Amino acid sequence: MTVQFKNRSFTDAEVVLDVRDLTVGFAGHPDAATVLGGVSLRIRAGETACVVGESGSGKSVTSLSIMGLLPKGSLEATGGGIGFEGRNLLDLGPSAIRALRAHKISMIFQEPMTALNPLMRVGEQIEEVLEAHTALPARDRRTRVLDMLAQVHLPDIERIYLSYPHQLSGGQRQRIMIAMALILEPRLLIADEPTTALDVTTQKQILGLIDELQQRHGTAVLFITHDMGVVADIADTVHVMKHGRIVENGAIETVLRQPRDAYTKQLLRAVPSLTPRTPRDTQEGEAILTVQGLQKVYGEAGIFSRSRPHVAAQEVDFTVHPGRTVGIVGESGSGKSTVARCIVRLIDPSSGKIRIAGTDIATLPPRALKPYRKHVQIVFQDPFRSLNPRWTIARSLIEGPVNLGIDRNTALARATELLAMVGMPEDTLERFPHQFSGGQRQRIAIARALAMEPSLLVADEAVSGLDVSVQAQVLALLSDLQAKLGIAILFITHDLRVAAQVCDEVMVMQKGRIVEHDTAANVLLRPQHDYTRALIGAAPGRGWDFANFRELAQASP
Amino acid sequence: MAAAPKPEAGLQWLLNAITLPRHARLGIGPTIALAVLVLIILSAVFAPLIAPHDPLLMDATQRLKGPSSLHPLGTDSYGRDILSRVITGGRISLVIGVSVAVASIGIGLAIGLVAGFFRRADAIVMRIMDGLMAIPSIMIAIALVALNGPSLWSVMAAIAIPEVPRVVRLVRSVVLSAREEPYVEAAIALGSSMPKILFQHLMPNTLAPLIVQGTYVCASAILTEAILSFLGAGVASEIPTWGNIIAQGRSYFQIKPTLILWPGLMLSLCVLSVNLLGDAARDRLDPRLRKRGE
Repeated sequence: MTVQFKNRSFTDAEVVLDVRDLTVGFAGHPDAATVLGGVSLRIRAGETACVVGESGSGKSVTSLSIMGLLPKGSLEATGGGIGFEGRNLLDLGPSAIRALRAHKISMIFQEPMTALNPLMRVGEQIEEVLEAHTALPARDRRTRVLDMLAQVHLPDIERIYLSYPHQLSGGQRQRIMIAMALILEPRLLIADEPTTALDVTTQKQILGLIDELQQRHGTAVLFITHDMGVVADIADTVHVMKHGRIVENGAIETVLRQPRDAYTKQLLRAVPSLTPRTPRDTQEGEAILTVQGLQKVYGEAGIFSRSRPHVAAQEVDFTVHPGRTVGIVGESGSGKSTVARCIVRLIDPSSGKIRIAGTDIATLPPRALKPYRKHVQIVFQDPFRSLNPRWTIARSLIEGPVNLGIDRNTALARATELLAMVGMPEDTLERFPHQFSGGQRQRIAIARALAMEPSLLVADEAVSGLDVSVQAQVLALLSDLQAKLGIAILFITHDLRVAAQVCDEVMVMQKGRIVEHDTAANVLLRPQHDYTRALIGAAPGRGWDFANFRELAQASP
Repeated sequence: MAAAPKPEAGLQWLLNAITLPRHARLGIGPTIALAVLVLIILSAVFAPLIAPHDPLLMDATQRLKGPSSLHPLGTDSYGRDILSRVITGGRISLVIGVSVAVASIGIGLAIGLVAGFFRRADAIVMRIMDGLMAIPSIMIAIALVALNGPSLWSVMAAIAIPEVPRVVRLVRSVVLSAREEPYVEAAIALGSSMPKILFQHLMPNTLAPLIVQGTYVCASAILTEAILSFLGAGVASEIPTWGNIIAQGRSYFQIKPTLILWPGLMLSLCVLSVNLLGDAARDRLDPRLRKRGE
């Protein structure tokens, strides 16, 4: 498959935004480290410039500076300039900036739910923009809004106009945000991670929509993202940020093919490939986990509840063998986390069997369940909430073993070994979670799970909250531990790239059912089910082998 | 601020209140409130030593006298020294404020933990709490006094009972949100027992809001006690409390306003100080503010 990069030329187009040597520092602390250390970027009409970088690299601060939305009293621009239509935005007063924000520059955010007023019909919210900034009569305003809703490809626009935000899906809400941002035909659209909270299939549609509207209106787009796949799909030019500086920029194809900067290379190498890994050897031995006919229904008829029952998972059957990694992939609401939580018995399945160490634990009462807890452990997505913030790391690490009746000193000694195993220094024990980064906390959470010496580790989106380079490290760690300890891993993820790199088998879930279950190679390269094909087709940057700076050798059909 | 020149030691802490970094300083309002409260507490604790006269001693020759060197705040209609009575009156108020706060928080914490953690118990417990909340403390007090006669215990029970449901609601809401935290789920997966999860993982989350709530309960209890005393449903009228002093000054306050001015002023200052400290504690302990620091 060939990769279609944008290689439009903009040298003749008018420069819309010209940021020169912008520095931003902490207000009132001139000596403190700068947040942005001299950022320069130029966007021309009709161009899409992507700013890519890991968390804390300064990409959002850059966009907020341009919008004049830096948090007052904590951050301030200390040097350089932001040129827009021949004026320096840093010299403008608040009211001039506000006028500009409405007419010429607009922004869409990651989370459309919080950006919309929940108490107002979405049509009226868009109309409000026109009311405040144009002299259009009421009837024309409504026509204009309906026209815009049609342009963002919302179905049944009359109904959508009268809907409240909560009645719309995440993708529809983001379309409303885009309609609102573009209705005054701004020169510049700033999109700050606009698709990060969306499922891949929705993301693909939204990216296509932004592209289409950009071409129709000639808008310049500043697109901020952490996802290299998205960058490959939509960027004309890309700016790679690290520690408040742009370390490399250039045309997308040049940067992806011949990255010059070491950090860019590192970032690209960390992007997991969509090509499936070579599967681990099948190990002899009995299945560690057998799930049969698992079903979870929420809201079953009770005395106080009258709501319609919701089937979160049904007819789920699979087995996990020692030393293997089985992946469950699917979009939000597909039931993958429900299955994981049933297996760990954080929630009680409605019916079905969960056989662990020869015993069906699906219906065991808490007391009888206790000895089986040791066999299955779980690592959660959010590293900032998965460790008790008031407890030392030592206390968290020995919690499980002490529950099993192991004495404290033995457990502490074991905790020290485990920390070494997950690559954490020994003085970690006496410290508290807030002293560690997300990746480090995830390592600690893995160590805590391993302290129980489980035979199965459930990783519920365990690397989804991490930056790609950290994600790569944690994935390597899991793989190492698996080889060393022979544990099986049930890996739940929405990210096909991650699944391709860690899983031997992949199950695809949709609406609570497993629609496809095969080896990772078969699922990813020869998908049978339509939904699997749609998922793979929507994976951003799928034709590109980021780590090797070239097209994928063996592309999916 | 380490480089600042050292002023006199007595002023240092006041200066700190203004110059320490925002997150570390107490602020000027709460500092004054703390000072006032410490004064009131000390004078109440050492009342027998400080008070110039026996607060109960009547002197028919000294009725309704104005301020003098013998009676700095004058005397009441029985010739009792107002200053001594006001100082002594703080004892009952503070005892009631603190003990009601401790009792209602202790009981409320226990019930709230149960309601927040056990879904089955929740609906029943919370309906009972709603019922309790509907009864005004004045009515409970009058009922209890009618049954048992006026006593400190009746008054404390009357004030504490309506406060308990508020504490229960607070604890329950904190527990409900904390039990969804992944670290609590991890503890379940690690096989931790129910009491361990309840007391070691969940309960510590409730302490900060409870400290704040405690100060509000304390302030409102002091106020309610005064109201009950004033209405004659509080502690026996011969015991000097701020409420009793005001109640007895009521008939003469038109000719001698200081009879109710001084106890009223002490009552207001005390309640205001406790509330200001509660606000400061909330600002300091509020999880949203603290998260920003992490």
